Amino acid sequence: MMGLSLSRILAVLSKEFTQLVRDRLTYAMIIGIPIVQLLLFGYAINTEPKHLPTAVLVQDQGDFSRSILASLKNSEYFDIVASVATPAELNRLIENGSVQFAITIPGDFTRGVVRRETPQILVEADASDPAATGPALSALAMLPQYALRHDLKGPLAQQGISKSPFEVVVQDRYNPENQTSYNIVPGLVATILTMTLVMMTALAMTREVERGTMETLLATPLRPIEVMVGKLTPFVLVGIVQATLILGLARIMFGVPMAGGWAALILGLFLFIVGSLSLGFLVSTVARNQLQAMQMSFFYFLPSILLSGFLFPFRGMPQWAQWLGSLLPVTYMLRVVRGAMLKGVGIGESIESLAALALFMLIVATLAIRAYRTTLD
Amino acid sequence: MTLAIDVSGLNKSFGDHRVVNDVALQIEKGHITGFLGPNGSGKTTTLRMLCGLLTPDSGRGTVLGLDFPSEAAAIKLQTGYMTQRFSLYEDLTIEENLAFIARVYSLDRLHERVDEALEKLGLQNRRKQLAGQLSGGWKQRLALAAATLHSPKLLLLDEPTAGVDPQARRDFWDEIHALSDTGITVLVSTHYMDEAERCHDIAYIFNGDLIARGTADELIRQSSLVTYEAGGPRADRLSRDLQGKPGIEMVSPFGPALHVSGTDRRLLEKAIEPFRHEPWRWVEVEPSLEDVFIHLMRTQSASGVSKAA
Repeated sequence: MMGLSLSRILAVLSKEFTQLVRDRLTYAMIIGIPIVQLLLFGYAINTEPKHLPTAVLVQDQGDFSRSILASLKNSEYFDIVASVATPAELNRLIENGSVQFAITIPGDFTRGVVRRETPQILVEADASDPAATGPALSALAMLPQYALRHDLKGPLAQQGISKSPFEVVVQDRYNPENQTSYNIVPGLVATILTMTLVMMTALAMTREVERGTMETLLATPLRPIEVMVGKLTPFVLVGIVQATLILGLARIMFGVPMAGGWAALILGLFLFIVGSLSLGFLVSTVARNQLQAMQMSFFYFLPSILLSGFLFPFRGMPQWAQWLGSLLPVTYMLRVVRGAMLKGVGIGESIESLAALALFMLIVATLAIRAYRTTLD
Repeated sequence: MTLAIDVSGLNKSFGDHRVVNDVALQIEKGHITGFLGPNGSGKTTTLRMLCGLLTPDSGRGTVLGLDFPSEAAAIKLQTGYMTQRFSLYEDLTIEENLAFIARVYSLDRLHERVDEALEKLGLQNRRKQLAGQLSGGWKQRLALAAATLHSPKLLLLDEPTAGVDPQARRDFWDEIHALSDTGITVLVSTHYMDEAERCHDIAYIFNGDLIARGTADELIRQSSLVTYEAGGPRADRLSRDLQGKPGIEMVSPFGPALHVSGTDRRLLEKAIEPFRHEPWRWVEVEPSLEDVFIHLMRTQSASGVSKAA
């Protein structure tokens, strides 16, 4: 019998905005969480990891292999923690994760160098954490150029100049995709927005219930959708501020490129922000108190971080985990944001992910409005 | 006589617990009705059902001439509800709270209405103060101003003066009477006897049953309670000797005096006979409203027990 009222929506909206501005803790959440997380995640993952545990299998008795081990150590990327006698042993160490690299120097290595046969060194890398192995592997590429500089003297001196005295063959195990650390920072846009937006709105209704103001709201002619739109709109602005902040910092502090793809990025962000806020609102209508709301939010954060492809390559996960991951909006947002920033893809190429985000938003918003109780029953 | 509220067969259960039991309530337009009863007797639940915050399990009738409960949304628009606990926003200013309420009711002349309300409250100078910083009495007055901002025809007040000092309570009741003079119907729950006496009539609810209805005088008369007051040096000490004697239902000290009540005059007089001598002086007095309510509560729970048995 009553139509939707813009004035009532505006009433809730401006009330929320005033409360938001007055709440210092929320300020801290809006500005502080993105910065702290970006620094923590960004640097923790971007810092060149050094002193990675390495096992070696040296079948060569010559001097050159010793020089190579020495220069590996000097690079500071590799800590030789084990020297094994058989390939099986080497394999076991990398398989159970006790070393990040397994290096094999073949039996006739020194002789091969002398005979200009360009012998090969095999480096097997546990690339399941590509950000960890990446810098070490690029250091390896330089190895042939300088490792034997001091050894190749006299008649052998020519060898180092004309061509590499030996080759390094790198075999990535567990993650042939080998994603770079640029993947992480754009991914943070999606995960940080998930955490802050879901958490902030998860408290939106439970706070009203706990403070007793829900009774006032219910006694007025306000309708569920008016309350929802009024409550969520200020947080859309918050989400935009946060996204801008994160993208700006990603550029300034981590030098993440922006390959184009603005249209897909902005559309994706909008859908994702509204979807996450609606989810928070849904949580807050279901949760009985603020503690429950927080617990439910965390229950959602964990898979969002672990199964979305943020920390682990999506295709590297087992099938069941991929199915679960496909239910999470973060998964699609990650694809949109990485595609847009790193590959410069537009709306057309991201249409599947964008459609998934739109669908998520619609379903969750509908559920939230239906779950909103208009009485205290 | 026009009825503002005329509902019957009102029921509400939470789980297995029947909180409101077949309540019928008629309230005359423009009257102030006191809603009394012990804690947990169903007062708040009844008020919430009347203003649409809770859906009754059954029950029908009219509220403000509108069908109850099917036109709950329309009833809501003309009803002001004040909750037991302060339920405005403590982190908004006095003015912002009033403006918010005015806007959700889509009221015209928003600023004028808020200004008027502030002026009536005498809070123009403190309009920018956060509502959370107000004292208990001021919070209640602000809540009343918010509940009446949309000029409701019916006002439901749930223990509005709990924990408020006597002066603030008196001011509050002056306002309620002023509102009633303009034709607003008020249903107000309270535990205070002096407030009950300020109401035009009283409804008494116990364990979900509405067990008494009428003016204060009517209730006292209906109770057929006989009360004697013992005066003299520390008459209150007689309490121990009289307690539990046949014919004596209640013994309650009033300062140095003692009230002894029962429904059977002959038995009561027989019970106090041994003490009717110096230094004590006995006079028959009119039972207080409190005596009546305690009597009502006891007889009702006794019959409840016998019914259950």
